[in-house]
Amino acid sequence: MSVAKKRQLRLVAALTAAVLLAVALIYTSFSSANDALEPTELLAANPSGTYDVTGKVAPGSEQKGQPLRFEITDRDGGGQSLPVVYEGLVPDPFREGREVIITGSLNQAGVLVGEKDSLITKCPSKFVEEHGEQENVIVEDG
Amino acid sequence: MNALGAAALTAALLTSIYTVIAALIGAKKRDQRWVDSARRGYYAMFGLLLVAVIALESAFLRSDFSLELVAGNSSTTTPTLYKFTAMWGSQAGSLLLWAFVLSIAGSAALFITRNNLRELAPWATAVMAGVATFFLGLMIAGTIFPSAETWPFAALAAGQVPLEGAGLNPLLRHPAMAIHPPMLYSGYVFFTVPFAFAIAALITRRVDASWIRSTRRFALIAWLFLSIGLALGARWSYSELGWGGYWAWDPVENAALMPWLTGTAFIHSIMVQERRGMLKTWNVSLIVLTFALSLLGTFLVRSGILQSIHAFGESKVGPPLLALIATVLIGSTLLIISRLDSLRSERRIDSLLSRESMFLLNNLLFVGLAVIVFWGTFFPLISEAFTGQESSLAAPWYNRYTTPVGIGLLFLAGVGPLVAWRRISLPGLRKAFAIPLSSALGAAALVVLFADGLSEPLALVLFVAGAFTLTAVGQELWRGTMARRALSGGSVPTAFAALITRNRRRYGGYIVHIGIALLLIGVAASSSFQTSRDVRLKPGESATVGDYTVSYLRPTSAVDSVEQKLAFGGVLDVRRDGEQVALLSPSREYFASSVADPAAPLRGFFEGEATSEVGRTEGVTRDIWTAMQPDLTSFDPVIDSGDKLFARLANQLDPSDPAAAQFLAAEQGKAIRGLADRYLNRTPPAEIRFNVNPFVIWIWLGGIVGMLGALFALWPGAEARSRRISDVYAARLARELSQT
Repeated sequence: MSVAKKRQLRLVAALTAAVLLAVALIYTSFSSANDALEPTELLAANPSGTYDVTGKVAPGSEQKGQPLRFEITDRDGGGQSLPVVYEGLVPDPFREGREVIITGSLNQAGVLVGEKDSLITKCPSKFVEEHGEQENVIVEDG
Repeated sequence: MNALGAAALTAALLTSIYTVIAALIGAKKRDQRWVDSARRGYYAMFGLLLVAVIALESAFLRSDFSLELVAGNSSTTTPTLYKFTAMWGSQAGSLLLWAFVLSIAGSAALFITRNNLRELAPWATAVMAGVATFFLGLMIAGTIFPSAETWPFAALAAGQVPLEGAGLNPLLRHPAMAIHPPMLYSGYVFFTVPFAFAIAALITRRVDASWIRSTRRFALIAWLFLSIGLALGARWSYSELGWGGYWAWDPVENAALMPWLTGTAFIHSIMVQERRGMLKTWNVSLIVLTFALSLLGTFLVRSGILQSIHAFGESKVGPPLLALIATVLIGSTLLIISRLDSLRSERRIDSLLSRESMFLLNNLLFVGLAVIVFWGTFFPLISEAFTGQESSLAAPWYNRYTTPVGIGLLFLAGVGPLVAWRRISLPGLRKAFAIPLSSALGAAALVVLFADGLSEPLALVLFVAGAFTLTAVGQELWRGTMARRALSGGSVPTAFAALITRNRRRYGGYIVHIGIALLLIGVAASSSFQTSRDVRLKPGESATVGDYTVSYLRPTSAVDSVEQKLAFGGVLDVRRDGEQVALLSPSREYFASSVADPAAPLRGFFEGEATSEVGRTEGVTRDIWTAMQPDLTSFDPVIDSGDKLFARLANQLDPSDPAAAQFLAAEQGKAIRGLADRYLNRTPPAEIRFNVNPFVIWIWLGGIVGMLGALFALWPGAEARSRRISDVYAARLARELSQT
């Protein structure tokens, strides 16, 4: 094989590998990603399957214990509220009025059943609470 | 003092603008006086920023709440160390830090290159001062748009100055957290130096390796800072968050990882350009990419466009930062394309089995890893663009791709040092690979026999790669030592010391490889062979987890009146085969809310922040890690009736009377102590997470070894000193010749 041919072959092999990786990335990411929804969107669609639900923990809805029960509203605090039952680790910053992300699916009673240890609470950087409302702002950390 | 800081910061902006102009004039006219003036301008900017930083820090240390930044991020009860570090707890403060670190890095680079790189230095000065102008401009713009919160010296109106500040989130009160942000920032910022010199090299078409030789230390320093920042973040997460993990593929973590990956690729590939004059286009592209990713890291933290555990509200600096990133990427790409003819390689790769091809392969894998992480991080935006539905990827998706690539890189960390430049002969191949390969096979057998390795095939392959690399690097060090000894005699340790100090860069690199191998072995073991269980226990009860028996011996409680916190915990006895292996005291700390409803002083304690104090022992083969959350449902009625009592008391007293306030505070203290006693006597059950994490300690040890290796590689050796002296001499000679 001539040097030029060898180089060409190498280039083709490298490009093929890159394309294959790209296709695999695209394919698997669309098939294994969870849709991220807010409660109102989720309830409107009333779908089956697993979702990442983002919202605010509704004030006065938390029932401590295991499983933990609470309700979440949309991130702006409005919209419909969605009851959640969750088992597993409760993050330190979890509190009513805070923004959370939880992975789970709706059961027949319309309750979101969270996957174990999937609850994420956004970590507030500073606690500036104004008018009783948590203002989740600006903390430097990364 | 605040006025001084504000004035210094404004002057710094003017100076940096002057520096850009002077440097450009100097470069265009080839007039050394303008270039020298620009360099001094850059030094002056450093001095002015130093004054601004000192002024702001002094406001924090004095708890001067007339500054909005101090009132919002510190308080008189904040411990002194955290008052100091609270400066970068805010957006405006961290922008100031960015500019300040850039002024340090740039001044150092300009000082080091003052006698050489005559053609490149003015352009590089212009680029660095340009970036500084951008960040200084952002801050000054905050005086015109106060809602952007970018001006560090924003003052509160006279009537609004609070007596007490908001304080620092207790979760962030951890030494690792105090230095983690500036480490990451310094990492990002130091990449500006090689970037600036790369741009200068492109503009002047001086794309030989001289820009690399002068700035590669800065790339290595950036790499070291980023590594320290990442390691501290992981360590904080593991030891402070009641979660027990060290990495979660969170967007903000990924944002710091991406420039680290491309920066690591850069540090390797520049060696090929220095040695063989190849990969020139690749190297300038890599440093542009790394710098853009550093800016992206800063942007992601600030923009609020991605959902992250790190919740930073949407800030107004997002759009200008994005514009800067776009300018950097588009401008650099056009520049590279216009200089492609100068960037041609001086040589071609001779053989696939050569060190340069190993470096190339390593680079492809690192960049591939960065692409994977980038795709996953931005997938929510990508999916929304294509399907209209935002969706996100979780850890299993990342692991599926990053694990094989990581294993490949780990193998390369061993193969690279074994393979010679240009090509390796067949007998040479056999001689180099025999021992490392047998060691890898031995490791495979051990893991299969003793640790059920076949159940976790990926972990098994990773252990094999780790054993291969450790042996390969060990063999290189040993052979080098023996050769050195044959040459100059002496004992093994002196020969070893002579060997590694003669080529700090190479052997420092080998030490980094050892560290990375240890780290990845720790990651594989702890993620594949972890035992974890949640149990609900009351004092006196026990549970069995794997081979361990956990008993809740007795409750503990503590009141800290200075930090206003209440801790409920327990003593756990951990036994294996009846023998005690650990006595742990996890607890949960409740911090009084800073703005608690004054009518409910007890409830306020449980509605403020709460943090888990993890109980754990670290060992060579495994960590035992526990976190507990007492179930305080049974306390609710007591808290409520106590608060009612307080409300009644407060009504009877005159609120403006200081004696009454003092009386109430004392009563509150008594009541809180009463709750602490109640916890001891009528202990509620607690949720306990019990983890046995094998080999976690190797992650931290590997990280430390790697960072020491990088530090060793950075340290100026005898060789660098002599080169510097000859540089100075050459410069003096040139000056004298030009004058005669």
